[in-house]
Amino acid sequence: MGNTETKIEFDSDWTYDPAPQATDFIKLQERYGLYINGKFKPSDNGRCFDTINPATEEKLAEVSEASEKDVDRAVRAAKEAYENVWSKVSPKERGKYVYRIARLIQECAREFAVIETMDGGKPIRESRDIDIPLAAAHFFYYAGWADKLDYAFPGRKTKPLGVAGQIIPWNFPLLMAAWKIAPAIAAGNTVVLKPAETTPLTALKLAEVIQEADLPPGVVNIITGAGETGAHLVNHPEVNKIAFTGSTEVGKIIQKSLAGTGKNYTLELGGKAANIIFEDAAIDQAVEGIINGIFFNQGHVCCAGSRLFVQESIADELLRKLQDRMATLIVGDPLDKNSDIGAINSKAQLEKIKHYEKIGVKEGGSIYQPECTLPEKGFWYPPTLFTDVSQSHRVVQEEIFGPVLAIQTFRTVDEAIQKANNTPYGLSGGVWTEKGSKFFKVTKAIRAGVIWANTFNKFDPTSPFGGYKESGMGREGGISGLSAYVELV
Amino acid sequence: MSNRLDVRKTYKLYIDGKFPRTESGRYYKWSGDKDGEVVNICLGSRKDFRDAVVAARKAFDPWQNRTAYNRGQILYRIGEMLEGRRDQFLAELTLQGAAKREATREVNGAIDRLIYYAGWADKYQQLFSSVNPVAQPYFNYSITEATGVVSIVAPEESSLLGLVTAIAPVIIGGNSCVVLASHSKPLCSISFAEVLQTSDVPSGVVNILTGQRAELLEQFASHMDVNAISYFGDDAGEIKIVEENASLNVKRASILPEKDLQKNGAQGPYHILKTQEIKTTWHPMGI
Repeated sequence: MGNTETKIEFDSDWTYDPAPQATDFIKLQERYGLYINGKFKPSDNGRCFDTINPATEEKLAEVSEASEKDVDRAVRAAKEAYENVWSKVSPKERGKYVYRIARLIQECAREFAVIETMDGGKPIRESRDIDIPLAAAHFFYYAGWADKLDYAFPGRKTKPLGVAGQIIPWNFPLLMAAWKIAPAIAAGNTVVLKPAETTPLTALKLAEVIQEADLPPGVVNIITGAGETGAHLVNHPEVNKIAFTGSTEVGKIIQKSLAGTGKNYTLELGGKAANIIFEDAAIDQAVEGIINGIFFNQGHVCCAGSRLFVQESIADELLRKLQDRMATLIVGDPLDKNSDIGAINSKAQLEKIKHYEKIGVKEGGSIYQPECTLPEKGFWYPPTLFTDVSQSHRVVQEEIFGPVLAIQTFRTVDEAIQKANNTPYGLSGGVWTEKGSKFFKVTKAIRAGVIWANTFNKFDPTSPFGGYKESGMGREGGISGLSAYVELV
Repeated sequence: MSNRLDVRKTYKLYIDGKFPRTESGRYYKWSGDKDGEVVNICLGSRKDFRDAVVAARKAFDPWQNRTAYNRGQILYRIGEMLEGRRDQFLAELTLQGAAKREATREVNGAIDRLIYYAGWADKYQQLFSSVNPVAQPYFNYSITEATGVVSIVAPEESSLLGLVTAIAPVIIGGNSCVVLASHSKPLCSISFAEVLQTSDVPSGVVNILTGQRAELLEQFASHMDVNAISYFGDDAGEIKIVEENASLNVKRASILPEKDLQKNGAQGPYHILKTQEIKTTWHPMGI
């Protein structure tokens, strides 16, 4: 029946005029220091690295590279602040500081959004409407917990853990900083946070905001650097807790290096989520959900719906509608408010995605990419589908972290569940059906920490997020997120 | 009757609801005292462990899908069976070196702990689940779910209460498990398997091996189809082996104290939570 529908014509006058976001009000420093003990200071050895705009390859600023000595300075500052200041601030006042940070983020929201998009390549629509408001909401949510911790865990009181070392990825730079810092300091810990080397600017802007909020020096320290800096932080003996968001590969290395140290840790790692479309789903809504599931943030999402499972009876119709919808996606300047898909975060990531494209084709997959003109400068990759793939294909099994969707079909509910769970990952999953009992059966059977039914990629500070199996351990958000930063006594 | 020859018991492993000997054919001699009866205890192998994990994986899904009420009744039933066989356990504990008073305390503690956890079967979920007030038009809820297959390195000294303390919170939460029992005090663990077998615990939900920690520890921690490990003890070297190998598949590793098992701190809903995941589900509200 679907075949009788007509396709919308987009080749006439359906082009959008550019809607560029202004950037003239953004003031970046030429060179950023490390934010330690309430002050920005250059790194010990003076070493710096550039952070660039992946959409233009232009340099935005220079950022200090924290050495082992700098990490030690930051951890000592955090420890002193924990022992002498933060643990003596009353929970009520602690909460008020965190509220202040939330408010200041809201006030500078547009600035944050533009910097986020310039530094990371994500569409301004997403940084403006999702990343930044959610970051503020996280601080606002956990601020309120600061003086209510006695109610959070039935029968138990809580004690902060001490100094938390936090390492975050480049896909949601400010939001991940908020997920990490807000619950930690609200619960009475102090932190040393290391943002990703390709996206340090909003974290450094957050340091400015924290300074403006008059948070006591040393409670939050933000140090920039690459993997080596992160390793120093993980291995520092005075760090009491490690919180890491990133790849499963690095997460395993961190878990191993923490063995026998008695340090607490939580890990939020990779994923390869199944997005399952049943024949009784609302198809047009499902198509939107598939698009959002895999192309949101260029697919640089650990919980992306990167494995699509479609019930055989609707597969042809759904695939056609999906391809039609993909043809309308605007890939280009992330600062343009019309852009749906921005720039790939870095050259290295673009190469990784292209590598998987080659593997997918070589292993016999059929590739579909809509026609789109990609800008000449910068790192770009079009939205991509793989069909004719099966469970054993690498593009089905491995996390690509890009706008690449692998499609398979199924006949029965049990087959869908079995295929969905055939992965070492277990971060998220999607289910599309209009039948209530099927919704409950399938959402229960998927072994993953976050399930979106008839929606995808939704986040909220009250809503715990985190993985089963090799997708990590511990949760962020809600009361579960709080338990990652307290000891129960 | 005085001439009657007593029938001795063969102590074997407990895998998939059966009592096999170790596939390796190895055993160690165990005796309560110098002049006492010598018992051959299976020296469980890595292959035995792998077989047990296969059984536990098979048993996991049906077990987690039992109703909480049913799991609670089964745990209660284990308590009933243990109560009925207390004399046997007292005798074994005494043979393993416990004074009579100590043995009685151990058996009472084990039975009471089973009843305690039976009661949690349908309650911890309500403590740790939530409906989350998200700032968008969605119904959003978080529930607890069993982590999966758990390997357990049980306490060495407390061979019955320790075993129950290790197993009960894991299985009441819907997990299945493979347990390495005490090496120096192995009798109770095998007898406890007989209690499990007569308590409607489905085959494979609990598997118990006897053997050497040094030989099996790494395997217990590294197996890729085990989701979590509970280790009882305080040996720094062993803890490092457990935690390092756990990282191979991001296994949840809990390091738990061997001591003070009689105290209330050795039990509770937060012990159940150690082998639970939180699953959050979103659904739009509206049309």
